[in-house]
Amino acid sequence: MTADATLKFFSNTPAIDLAGVEERVVRLTRRSIKKDSKVQALKLAMSMLDLTTLEAKDTPGKVIQLCNKAMHPHDAVPGIPPVAAVCVYPTMVHVAKKALGKSKVKVAAVATAFPGGMTRKKLKVQETKWAVEEGADEIDMVISRGKFLAGEYTYVYDEIAEIKAACGKAHLKVILETGELSTLDNVRRASDLAMQAGADFIKTSTGKIQPAATLPVTLVMLEAIRDYYYATGKKIGMKPAGGIATSKLAIQYLVTLRETLGDGWLTPSLFRFGASSLANDILMQILKQQTGVYQSIDYFSKD
Amino acid sequence: MADEEKNTVRETEEARLKVPGSNGSEGGKSKKARIEVMKTYKLFIDGKFPRTESGRYTVLKDNAGHSLANVCRASRKDFREAVVAARKAQAGWAAKSAFLKGQILYRIAEVLEGRKAQFADELVQMDTPQRVAEAEVRLAIDRLVYYAGWSDKYMQVFSSVNPVESPHFNFSMPEPTGVVSVLAPQETGLAGLISTIAPAIVGGNTVVVLASEKFPLSAITFGEVLHSSDVPGGVVNILTGNHVELLAHFSNHMDVNACIYCGDDAEQIKTVQVNAALNVKRAVIYPKNDWFESGSQSPYRIMDLQEIKTTWHPVGF
Amino acid sequence: MKKRIIKNKISPLSFNGGWGGSYAEAPESADHIQLKDTYDLFINGKFTAPSSGNYFDSINPANEKRLARVADANEKDVDKAVAAANHAYEKVWSRMPAAERSKYIYRIARIMQERARELAVIESLDGGKPIRESRDIDIPLASAHFFYYAGWADKLDYATPGAKSKPVGVAGQIIPWNFPLLMAAWKIAPALAAGNTVILKPAETTPLTALKLAEIIQEAELPDGVVNILSGAGSTGAALVNHPGIHKIAFTGSTEVGKIIQKSLAGTSKRYSLELGGKAANIIFEDAAIDQAVEGIVNGIFFNQGHVCCAGSRLFVQESIANTVMRKLKDRMETLIVGDPLDKNTDIGAINSKDQLEKIKKYVKIGTSEGGACYQSSCSLPSKGYWFRPTLFTNVSQSSRIVQEEIFGPVLSIQTFRTTEEAIEKANNIPYGLSGGVWTDKGSKIFKVTSQIRAGVIWANTYNKFDPTSPFGGYKESGMGREGGLHGLMPYLEIQH
Repeated sequence: MTADATLKFFSNTPAIDLAGVEERVVRLTRRSIKKDSKVQALKLAMSMLDLTTLEAKDTPGKVIQLCNKAMHPHDAVPGIPPVAAVCVYPTMVHVAKKALGKSKVKVAAVATAFPGGMTRKKLKVQETKWAVEEGADEIDMVISRGKFLAGEYTYVYDEIAEIKAACGKAHLKVILETGELSTLDNVRRASDLAMQAGADFIKTSTGKIQPAATLPVTLVMLEAIRDYYYATGKKIGMKPAGGIATSKLAIQYLVTLRETLGDGWLTPSLFRFGASSLANDILMQILKQQTGVYQSIDYFSKD
Repeated sequence: MADEEKNTVRETEEARLKVPGSNGSEGGKSKKARIEVMKTYKLFIDGKFPRTESGRYTVLKDNAGHSLANVCRASRKDFREAVVAARKAQAGWAAKSAFLKGQILYRIAEVLEGRKAQFADELVQMDTPQRVAEAEVRLAIDRLVYYAGWSDKYMQVFSSVNPVESPHFNFSMPEPTGVVSVLAPQETGLAGLISTIAPAIVGGNTVVVLASEKFPLSAITFGEVLHSSDVPGGVVNILTGNHVELLAHFSNHMDVNACIYCGDDAEQIKTVQVNAALNVKRAVIYPKNDWFESGSQSPYRIMDLQEIKTTWHPVGF
Repeated sequence: MKKRIIKNKISPLSFNGGWGGSYAEAPESADHIQLKDTYDLFINGKFTAPSSGNYFDSINPANEKRLARVADANEKDVDKAVAAANHAYEKVWSRMPAAERSKYIYRIARIMQERARELAVIESLDGGKPIRESRDIDIPLASAHFFYYAGWADKLDYATPGAKSKPVGVAGQIIPWNFPLLMAAWKIAPALAAGNTVILKPAETTPLTALKLAEIIQEAELPDGVVNILSGAGSTGAALVNHPGIHKIAFTGSTEVGKIIQKSLAGTSKRYSLELGGKAANIIFEDAAIDQAVEGIVNGIFFNQGHVCCAGSRLFVQESIANTVMRKLKDRMETLIVGDPLDKNTDIGAINSKDQLEKIKKYVKIGTSEGGACYQSSCSLPSKGYWFRPTLFTNVSQSSRIVQEEIFGPVLSIQTFRTTEEAIEKANNIPYGLSGGVWTDKGSKIFKVTSQIRAGVIWANTYNKFDPTSPFGGYKESGMGREGGLHGLMPYLEIQH
């Protein structure tokens, strides 16, 4: 890393101690969220979902089904909020936009040669602009991990800034792909870099590799957001994506959020879950709380 | 009563009872005998019980010539698979805390204690006198408890902080050597087996053991105990088979870090040592031994399979 | 609560308002535990009524209700117990093969694991500590201590290279109220492993888990008289210390009482080990992993309500990062929940007793009168019971009483420093020497600083970590002798050179 980069981007970036982070995470997972706290958390989690389909075999039919689920998670039970957004490939944006009509559910598009990002910057900018033209409200981009690990921080910074400019009114989530960054120090650095370059949200993963989102990585990113807030007054959002399949885990993420950033971030405009099967698990848990009886997946729609 | 009359009485009795499988010549067996399910003895590899891939077997007989079991005759391929399993399991096993390893070894002792009678019976089947068999099983249990107790202590006894002259913090500590092949003692079925397995695994190694040829049954039944004691698959692998045939493979495999040979055969020992030189594996020779002696359990047997790692770090503001 | 002023008028983060406010109750179920109405003394393998016929109440500090009546042992009872322990030592325990002794101690460890949840609930009821701590820390460590020392019983020769050893004989052991069952384990396990027999006196306000341990000892079929447990107050302890039939005293408690005991033993041939008070320096350097360091500050002083002899009660933060650390610390404190010890979300439980609560309040008054600036989090407190909010004091210095004296509560004093030498000097500038903390990302600094702090346990980039294999004990007025690890056997052995 050049001295230049250290001063420029990382002068306020602290060292991260893995054992300490893991210990804090364990303590957060020991919170026992029951009764009314649990129901509120489940509903909040539902409202923060970015229902996702990012498969090479996606078809318009699949995307339309997903959008229907997004707008009507389980109409049989009142009080279930719609999800925050659907997340699709740019080629499916127009399908989603049409299917969602006037609903408040947003359309997020992955862009920049997702998931690898291994192409020319020019093409990534082009793709972003096109996705926004198609109607995307939000863009989820990937950083160039190879460049990052090679220490070319200015390149990574510039790339994010250019994509941000290409987004226009759409808001930008920057995917760090933490599973490839190897250390929590790198996760922190990448977070600081992305926020300085203009990210509206920092996001953990593409969900295409293991490990995807984890609690330790999320804690480090939330702490980066906190420091950035106190330094600039700006509130940046956060999105863990991939591997969050159970309500129990989702609630642990919400506890981590609540006890790190506080009440101000407990809203879909600043926190999202990138998930697909989580929705039904949340529904089953809400029903269990209401009826006192453990549920079966047979009673909830699968798309 | 005259002999003829006695025979007639017996025949009448047998005819009256008409119980299949009853045999007046087997002293002590009830004439209302229930058909027992006979046990199959397989190998224990990677936490599972496969048969030998070679399909070969040896008939194990007792001194009176009765068949006891068809024992698998393991091949070099079985040994190869066992080494793969042991290697896969080694890093994870070594990384488990000393406390956890100790708990697992203690658990093995608990389970073995519960199965005392079964193991004693099996040894008796293999012509060990009843009292000796019972004593051997008790010894095996107590020895497991002994080594369980070393799990979180040998590092304290055999490590050091070294007062080097330069301003460095310098410390030395044992680390497991890795995968260990064991040619178990021939003269006992259980005591020798446990005396070689326990110190190896408590130190974070994984093992592939060739059981005694004369007393192989205890080894396989011991695999069942391991299987139900939270020992991860691959940490202990147990083969039965021909000692002479497998000796070469146990000692020349390039991915084995140490080889333990138990016995006194000078030629076999030399073979093991020559083969070990191929990859500089540690050749550990334990001569024929009274495994009941207290000297045959010691932390030095743990240390026989440990490396010493020394680390330096500067001291200063 | 005072309004916090942040640079550039960025409003501080707010906590505990979102998604419905504070967390709903999450009580640990207590209906499966077995607590007798009255407990007698445990002498010679049986529960025996006290000679005086006197009993006293053990109450729950969270609601001031009585949990059980326990016996008050007097000199006659001490006499009986010492006789039983001596008899057991001479006739049974010292003659038993070491490997068999070892198996008894393993049994105790195992049964403690089986009964872990019950023990944790009773510990929290009796002493006030959060169930999360008794369940996840106290009880597992206690059984682990028995496991560790069980394995030493037949391996003592390896603990004393080049020399043979013998047990000391009968040990009298007096323990405090802050980690009742854990302290009982720290005392009994090594003593038994080394071949001694013991008489344990649990603290007056927290006798119950020690008495449950007596039941476990019966279940393990430990021979009569090897372990005896006498509940009582200060006078019971004094009778034990002064009894001529005891060969060794082990004491954990205040420095004040430790000195009294040391004096009482003068002129006798009794061995003793003391684990006394502390006022540890927790030092945060500017190159520390800051967020983890802040967590370390919280663990250091608010763990177990600050009722910890090795608590990091003096924070030294490098001036260049002081404001950042303060801001982070205050944000973190807002998420600490003070409440019912049996609620799984409670971070800080009840103060152990009325006396202790008064003591803490007294010190906070002294602190403010000395010119210190007191800050407390905004959490709510339950109405009945003994409670105290997590508290910080800034604008204090080495000369302040609240910096020099042990408060034993959730009260942290904060000072800044500029150079490493200054931090070390101030860390050592105290009569105590039990523990310390160092936070820096630089390895060489860790080794240099830890080698210069005069304390028995130094935590680098962590705090309040305990393990049965790791020796614990103090320098200077924090006591002498070590508990845990190989070194923890030494106080219970006579080395023969």
